[in-house]
Amino acid sequence: MINDLWSYISVADHWWGPNGIMARLDEHLRYSAIAVGISLVLAIPLGLVVGHTGRGTAVVTFIANAFRALPAVGLLIFLVVLISPQFTGRSEARYLIPTTIVLVLLSIPSILANTVEGVRNVDPEARDAARGMGMTGSQVLFKVELPCALPLIFSGVRSAVLQVIATATIAAYISLGGLGRLIIDGLSSREYPKVITGAVAVAVLAIVLDVLIALIQRYTVSRGVSGRFSRKGATATTAPRKDDAIEADAEVLAV
Amino acid sequence: MSSPPVGYLAAPDQPWNVQHYLDGKVGYVLGLLWQHLWLSVLPVVIGLIIALPIGYAAKRFKWTYTPLVTISGLLYTIPSLALFVVIPSVIGTQILDPINVVIPLTIYTIALMVRVIADGLRSVDETVLQAASAMGYSRFQRLLKVELPIAIPVIGAGLRVAVVANVGMVAVAAVIGVPQLGTLFSYGKDLFYYAPIVVGLVLSVALAFALDLLIVLAVRALTPWRKAVAAR
Repeated sequence: MINDLWSYISVADHWWGPNGIMARLDEHLRYSAIAVGISLVLAIPLGLVVGHTGRGTAVVTFIANAFRALPAVGLLIFLVVLISPQFTGRSEARYLIPTTIVLVLLSIPSILANTVEGVRNVDPEARDAARGMGMTGSQVLFKVELPCALPLIFSGVRSAVLQVIATATIAAYISLGGLGRLIIDGLSSREYPKVITGAVAVAVLAIVLDVLIALIQRYTVSRGVSGRFSRKGATATTAPRKDDAIEADAEVLAV
Repeated sequence: MSSPPVGYLAAPDQPWNVQHYLDGKVGYVLGLLWQHLWLSVLPVVIGLIIALPIGYAAKRFKWTYTPLVTISGLLYTIPSLALFVVIPSVIGTQILDPINVVIPLTIYTIALMVRVIADGLRSVDETVLQAASAMGYSRFQRLLKVELPIAIPVIGAGLRVAVVANVGMVAVAAVIGVPQLGTLFSYGKDLFYYAPIVVGLVLSVALAFALDLLIVLAVRALTPWRKAVAAR
C-alpha cells in the first residue's frame, strides 16, 4: 500500500496538473466550504433562538434524528437525477447545486441539534444569575448562553465538517470534481496507486481539518467553561468537566 | 433502423412509476435488502464484542482512557469510501468482497463504542460497586451482574447511533460495486430512473428505523427495573 502510494505521489505531474492532487484538493475544499458556510449561517442563529426560547425543541430533535437515517449517497443521487436535467449545457452548476443542497441538508442537523442542546444545557443558575444582574434576554444569550454552549456547538460543527468532507468524496461519483475523482477514476481505469492516493488524501484532509477546528475551539472557548487551567490553579482542575460527558452523546456521523 | 450500441441503456418511459419498476423484481430488491441488513448488523455485533474489553480496559486502567478515546476518535474521522477502497490492498481481498465493507464498519463501531462503554461503566455509582463487593461478588461477577446491566441504557444509545450510521454507510459501498440497497441508487443514476432510487431510499430509511426500534425494545427488555422505577 505504501509502495502504491509512493509510486503515485512521487510524480510531480500527479500533483500540479489540471487534474492533479492540488486541483482536486482545491475543488474538494471549495464544495465543502460553500456547504459548511451555508449550514453555519442557517443553523447557528436558528439553534440559538430555539435553545434560548425553548420553542420547537421537539421539532429540531425529530428532524435531526430523521436525517441521520437518510443515506447520503441515496439523497445525493436522487437530487442529481432530479435537478441536473433542468440545466442545459455543460456547466458545473448542474452537479454543484444538488451536491451543495445535499451537503447542507446533511450538515445542518448536527450543528442545529448541538447548538440547541448546548444552550438548553446551560446551568439554569448561571442563567438566573445573569438575569438577576439585570441582563436583557439577548445579553443573556450572547454573554452567558453562547459562551457556555460553545464546546457543544464546536463538536456539532466538527462532526458536520467530517460528514461533509466524506460526502463530498462521493460527489465524484456523480461526475463532480474533488478528491473522490482520484478514487472513482482510479477504480474505473484499474490504477490502484491512484485509488490509494485519493483515499489517503481524503483521510488526511479529514483529520487535519478536525485538528484545526479543535485548535480554534481551544482558543475561543472560555477557560472558565472548558476547565483548562494551568496545574497551579489546583482548585479549578479538580472540578469535573461537564462538557466531556455531553460530548460523548453528541452524534458523530461518518459517511 | 439501427439498433442501440452495446451497453446503451434506454431511459425508462415512466421514470417515477415504482410499481412498474418493482414488477417482477420484488425478489431481487428483497435480496438487496437482506444483503444491506447483514452488512449493517454484522459489524455492529463484531464491533460490540471487540469494544467491550477495550472499553472496560479504558475504565479499569485510568491512564489508558485518553489514548484509547483519542485513537478511536481519529479512526472515526476517516471517510468510509477511503477505507472501503484501501482495505483490499491491506488484507489482500478482492475489491468486490463484502469483507471490505464489514471491516471498515466494524472499525467505526469499535471507534464509537469504546468511548461509550468506558463512559457507561464509569457512570456506575461507586456505592453500588462497594455494595456488590461487600455481598461477596468477585470483580468479574460484579462486572457481569452489576456494572454491565447498569450501563445497558448508555451502551444501547451508542449502539443506536452505530447501527443507524452503518445503514447509511453501507449504501456508499455501491460506489465500489458491492451489491446492497445502494446498488439501486447507482442503477437509477445511470438511467435517470427515479423509481429504484425512491425504493432504495424508502427501504434503507425503514431498515434504519426498524433496527433502531429493535435496540430500544431490547434495552427496555433487558432493564426491567427502569420501568418499575418509572411506574412508582
